[in-house]
Amino acid sequence: MTQADTIAAIATPPGTGGIGIVRASGPGAERIGRALFRPSKTSNPLLSHRLSHGKIVCPTTGRILDEVLLVFMRAPRSFTGEDTLEIHCHGGPLILEEVLTAVLRAGARPAEPGEFTRRAFLNGRLDLAQAEAVQEMITARSQRGLDLALGHLRGDLSRSIGELRAALLDVLALLEAEIDFQEEDGVEASPRDALLDRLRDIAARIGGLTASYGEGRMAREGARVVITGKANAGKSSLFNRLLGEDRAIVTPHAGTTRDFIEEGASIRGVPVRYVDTAGIRAARDPAEREGIDRVWRQAAAADVVVILLDGSVPFTTEDRDIVAANRDRNVVVAMNKSDLPAVLREDSLPGEITGREILRVSARTGEGIPALRDAVFAALGRAAGASRSEAVLTNLRHKVALERSCASLRAAEQGLSGGLSPEFAAFDLREALGALGEVTGQTIGEEVLDRIFSTFCIGK
Amino acid sequence: MPREHDVIVVGGGHAGCEAALAAARMGCATLLFNINLDSVALMSCNPAIGGLAKGQLVREIDALGGEMGKIADRTAVHFRLLNSSKGPAVQSSRVQCDKQLYRLAMKAVVERQRGLDLRQGLVERLAVESGRVTGVVDSTGFFYPARAVVVTTGTFLNGLIHIGTFRTPAGRAGEIASVGLAESLRGLGFVMGRMKTGTPPRLKASTIDFGRLERQDSDPAPRPFSYTTTTLREERLPSYFSHTTEETHRLMRDNIGLSPLYSGVITGVSARYCPSLEDKVMRFSGRGRHPVTLEFEGLDTEEIYAKGLGNSLPLELQEHIVRSVPGLETAEIMRPAYAIEYDYVQPTELRQTLETKRVAGLFLAGQINGTSGYEEAAGQGLWAGINAALLVQGRPPFLLERSEAYMAVMVDDLVTRGVDEPYRMFTSRAEYRLLLREDNAAIRLMGKGHALGLVPDAHYRELRARVSRIEEGIRRLSAKTVYPSAETNRILETRGSLPVRKPLSLFQLLKRPDMGYEDLAAFDAGLPAVEEAVRKQIEIEARYEEYIRRQKEAVERFREAERKKIPVGIDYAAIPGLSNELRIKLDAVRPSSFGQAQRIPGMTQAALAAILVYLKKKEMNAAAPGT
Repeated sequence: MTQADTIAAIATPPGTGGIGIVRASGPGAERIGRALFRPSKTSNPLLSHRLSHGKIVCPTTGRILDEVLLVFMRAPRSFTGEDTLEIHCHGGPLILEEVLTAVLRAGARPAEPGEFTRRAFLNGRLDLAQAEAVQEMITARSQRGLDLALGHLRGDLSRSIGELRAALLDVLALLEAEIDFQEEDGVEASPRDALLDRLRDIAARIGGLTASYGEGRMAREGARVVITGKANAGKSSLFNRLLGEDRAIVTPHAGTTRDFIEEGASIRGVPVRYVDTAGIRAARDPAEREGIDRVWRQAAAADVVVILLDGSVPFTTEDRDIVAANRDRNVVVAMNKSDLPAVLREDSLPGEITGREILRVSARTGEGIPALRDAVFAALGRAAGASRSEAVLTNLRHKVALERSCASLRAAEQGLSGGLSPEFAAFDLREALGALGEVTGQTIGEEVLDRIFSTFCIGK
Repeated sequence: MPREHDVIVVGGGHAGCEAALAAARMGCATLLFNINLDSVALMSCNPAIGGLAKGQLVREIDALGGEMGKIADRTAVHFRLLNSSKGPAVQSSRVQCDKQLYRLAMKAVVERQRGLDLRQGLVERLAVESGRVTGVVDSTGFFYPARAVVVTTGTFLNGLIHIGTFRTPAGRAGEIASVGLAESLRGLGFVMGRMKTGTPPRLKASTIDFGRLERQDSDPAPRPFSYTTTTLREERLPSYFSHTTEETHRLMRDNIGLSPLYSGVITGVSARYCPSLEDKVMRFSGRGRHPVTLEFEGLDTEEIYAKGLGNSLPLELQEHIVRSVPGLETAEIMRPAYAIEYDYVQPTELRQTLETKRVAGLFLAGQINGTSGYEEAAGQGLWAGINAALLVQGRPPFLLERSEAYMAVMVDDLVTRGVDEPYRMFTSRAEYRLLLREDNAAIRLMGKGHALGLVPDAHYRELRARVSRIEEGIRRLSAKTVYPSAETNRILETRGSLPVRKPLSLFQLLKRPDMGYEDLAAFDAGLPAVEEAVRKQIEIEARYEEYIRRQKEAVERFREAERKKIPVGIDYAAIPGLSNELRIKLDAVRPSSFGQAQRIPGMTQAALAAILVYLKKKEMNAAAPGT
């Protein structure tokens, strides 16, 4: 059914594993299977969706390359929607490399990055959201990110959007019935309160999905945790302690870290980008001042800001500035150097943080670090928003589309509650549906009329 | 031997009359056939022209120089503006005409049209040579040569009437069906199907107890369909409302086996929006009553059209059913209700011009394309007639975009989506309906009608003068500012409007629902008095500015996809990754743009991407030096 060429690649991650899979997709998959595979039983080895045992031989030399399990999947019942061959070999880069070479010699060409997914999309096996999910899965940085991408591939997002779409179509059908069938067919106008309730409910559900973007993006790209504090508070030591390695330069002299340093880690499966920043102090030279400005910019873009105080010295104006500058941010406050005699008194702290829990840590000994990690994790939860929806957004394109959809819904709400004629709200709803459709690639067809005719008795 | 005609139109109903008049007015020697000259332009079913979305169609036909609106105005005896409490875009005019006057008035226009011959005859066969139509052959075997043929057969194509178990081939009650032509079309290979429609009984007015029924009178100040109409008839006829009863439904349920619709005799597909009483009772059993409307068929007749009582039951049962309705206890049936099945050609066989893809020079319009309704038929007739004339004259085709006219929405829906039930126009089918209003049909389309030679110079000059008065008015109001002075707010208060808090243009002030154009004279002493049509356009442009702007932006996005053309000869079989189902659909429709392809039912983004990738690759291969 397809005239594309046949592509092949090693489908399992690089490195030595128990097994490795070489996959080929395209019209030549079956021929390649027959050319390379010597089944241990004489029955037809290429029955679709059956696992067969046998050997892979080199098509030119006849040398046995590996003992394998082979499965052939006939189009369209495969990931790509094309004839697909999977050869489950013994793991090990060398064997896999050899088997792949044999497959290429038998007529396939190396797949480009993402080409299997692209084919699956083009063959209608995946919708847009699902195809993007595969891409996310490949680039996922954490278990949570992988779970979300898998959910999208399974269609969690598409299903959520589908439900919202159906709910919207129902409301649109009521408005359309009012426009086209009230006068001559006696369809009654729907009570506005009920329609508005339904619209608000849908908007709230879309809002929930949109809010989940914070969590989704963090899971995919990593949350930004910015460590800030005055010079010599021990930010770089804490940074290293959190990362568990010697990454930043730590010296006993204040002001060592002029630029910020960023490194990835993971807290309970959530990927985190820790950012170490220059210490805040009355800057002596322009370069330092510039560095401090950059700290504020980093803090502004952070999901969580860790304010690090130095417990071994009194509270200073620099500390006060730092607390004030981060007043509206998602903040965790820690007091470092718990291994030294405590000088800083809690009753000297400013109002913004007095009610808060102040974690006592020692970057040097590691004391209190697990509790700090927990606090950061809890703060990440706040940053992600309490997302109630099952599906979680990870893709900016989806988020923008859903926000547009929500804006159109609000316009519809305003129009309806302001007593505007229903065709205006209907226009807004169509725009909202169009924006939803951009996520999954669906357009509005005859569904509105179908709904009207199945709900109302209309006619002469 | 008759002279050779440029265009032959087969069928003189609402589609055929418009097609023949347009072709003749564009300078083509035209011949119009009807089986019986006494039934030219007959209103076979209800006595109404217009209605929701249909009113827009009638005004578009008028703006392009068609006839339906003019004849409707001249013969109307009941006027209604539907959805008058809603916004201007979904308001539609509906009139009830005297059916006989309508028919005669249209026939007289057709008869007197220069270059148009009207002839009684039954066309039996299309003459086709090497894929091109060359004329038609009538039932006596006579050949009429032509360079283009427009077929508008209505319900006559293989028509079969059902009343209970009684069946008879007919195009309409008492008229012969067109059987040979259906065979001729099948023989040419057209994909065809069968539809079902029906008409309710006609009752005798003097046997109806109108006194017990709710009466609806004509609107006192109707607006005519046509820009040419200056006066309307004086006479008015009312309508009456009643409803079915539990007894009606019981009769229906107990005897449903006698209905050919439910006994499986009728196979044609009926419209969901136009169910017979059988369907209403059986499918919507939860409803205690269904509306019945009684409309006069004309000034000089006793016949009453009983809208809502359409069925295909045996005559005796029809009588019981009619008499179970309040006010109709002693009513007598003059013409029984019946169902009729007829052939149609799947409209995906057509190009956007309504010319068939299979046979060059052959055009189809009206119910043969699977539509229903006088207005839908007339619109297609005009569209096909214009394009037949242009084809004969070697001129480029006449096409409109979905964003320009309901007519274009209809034609695009037909040729892109095909039909699986009789197609009727609804405002919800027009995604840009906020722009496609009755009140601006002339502004939208008259220039095009004029360019085709269908609208006289004088009318078009008048329209252009009006449009410039509208533009001038908007400019003036936008340039004048009111300030939140005590004086301003005092004036506003006397008019019951809220005070202004910041400087505002008069155009902005006109957005307020309690402000009209004339009210603005209080702030602009020199504001010229303008006629109703100008005032109304200015008010609509002001009040709905935001929505109109957003809809225009949507049109721009739509145009982008329409501009992405798909080459005519594209080989869908060569595109990897297209499902068989979509490949067959794409091959049948052969969309001209990605925009149109997007509207094919079941189309997926993936398939569109596949086509795009294929075309891009081809482009690249063509650009690269050969391998």
